[in-house]
Amino acid sequence: MVCIVLRMSIGHTLLGLLESGPRHGYDLKRAFDEKFGHDKPLHYGQVYSTMSRLLKNGLVEVDGIEAGEGPERKRYAITEAGITDVQRWLATPEKPEPYLQSTLYTKVVLALLTHRDAADILDTQRAEHLRLMRILTDRKRRGDLADQLICDHALFHLEADLRWLELTSARLGKLAKEVLPG
Amino acid sequence: MTPAGSLLTADGLRKVYGPTTALDGADFSIHPGEIVAVMGPSGSGKSTLLHCLAGIVRPDAGEITYNGQRLTDMNDTALSALRRSEFGFVFQFGQLVPELTCVENVALPLRLNGAKRKDAERTALTWMERLEVDDVRDKRPGQASGGQGQRVAVARALVTSPRVLFADEPTGALDSLNGERVMELLTDAARSTNAAVVLVTHETRVAAYSDREIVVRDGKSRDMERLV
Repeated sequence: MVCIVLRMSIGHTLLGLLESGPRHGYDLKRAFDEKFGHDKPLHYGQVYSTMSRLLKNGLVEVDGIEAGEGPERKRYAITEAGITDVQRWLATPEKPEPYLQSTLYTKVVLALLTHRDAADILDTQRAEHLRLMRILTDRKRRGDLADQLICDHALFHLEADLRWLELTSARLGKLAKEVLPG
Repeated sequence: MTPAGSLLTADGLRKVYGPTTALDGADFSIHPGEIVAVMGPSGSGKSTLLHCLAGIVRPDAGEITYNGQRLTDMNDTALSALRRSEFGFVFQFGQLVPELTCVENVALPLRLNGAKRKDAERTALTWMERLEVDDVRDKRPGQASGGQGQRVAVARALVTSPRVLFADEPTGALDSLNGERVMELLTDAARSTNAAVVLVTHETRVAAYSDREIVVRDGKSRDMERLV
């Protein structure tokens, strides 16, 4: 599970969550944990260090600061450059590898939350997977038995991913009802 | 619009069976020597698309063009002649004549086109050797294994050197090992003759033998290559 969370791009996910409107760091953490954290919630430190990085890179800006009894609370808003960055991340297929589902799940949910085409993300990934399967199939045909066995192992894993992609594609309507407010 | 250099194209195909819309504006194109996988969930319309492309089923709307000829304008006799001379077919099962030997089965399309028995069987045997089933030449299909039977069917589909091979779930009844061997031999043989292959399958490992993938969902097609 640690591996899965680390592979997910926390920065892009937080950026995507900001698309629906400015939020404080605490709200961002709560939204992240609710939608994607499952049994591995974010640490506050991760949220603040990520937001500092995004701020430095011009992907978010400080929308307001509230002074209270404790430390001051910054409210963050996504910038145009941030929106472009999220769009680019969603549209770029992931490199097919183990534990990919968590990243893809995040992308699909973010696409639904930000009213982008989630089916497109799944299809783009599907095409990327099949492209790799073609390369492996070709290598298998030309190789010896060792090549065949190694390629087969990778092919079976990619096939499992593709089945997940197809199933998720068929369940997008149901997922949208669950993740979209109201 | 016909993509440049395409051998077979379909544009806006629509087909309705009673209350069911099988195709709802599906497009397709394939070049000579290209292998295109047609994928999609059960009932998505992929087999109907294949049947329309092969001139077996007439679409309710849309156009199909093969080598400059509009299939939708042809009568049944012309379509039948086209299928016999230009197209080859491989299905999941039940395609060989049980009373004939395997070599007679492979030679059958040539015999129907008027070839003499000896010539037809000589050509048939060449194809059986390529598909590694010449050892079952004198057996009846029921005496051959599933994998051998399917390779005999591929040999029969290719014996007339068709320009388009239509394969509908060609490995659907086979285990992984036999299925892969069929795909290797089928694609090698098709490439060597520059035949285009329309490959309907629900198995991604089979689709990985193709050059390109079309996904059919709810009767609509999507060319996945444009997404990469």
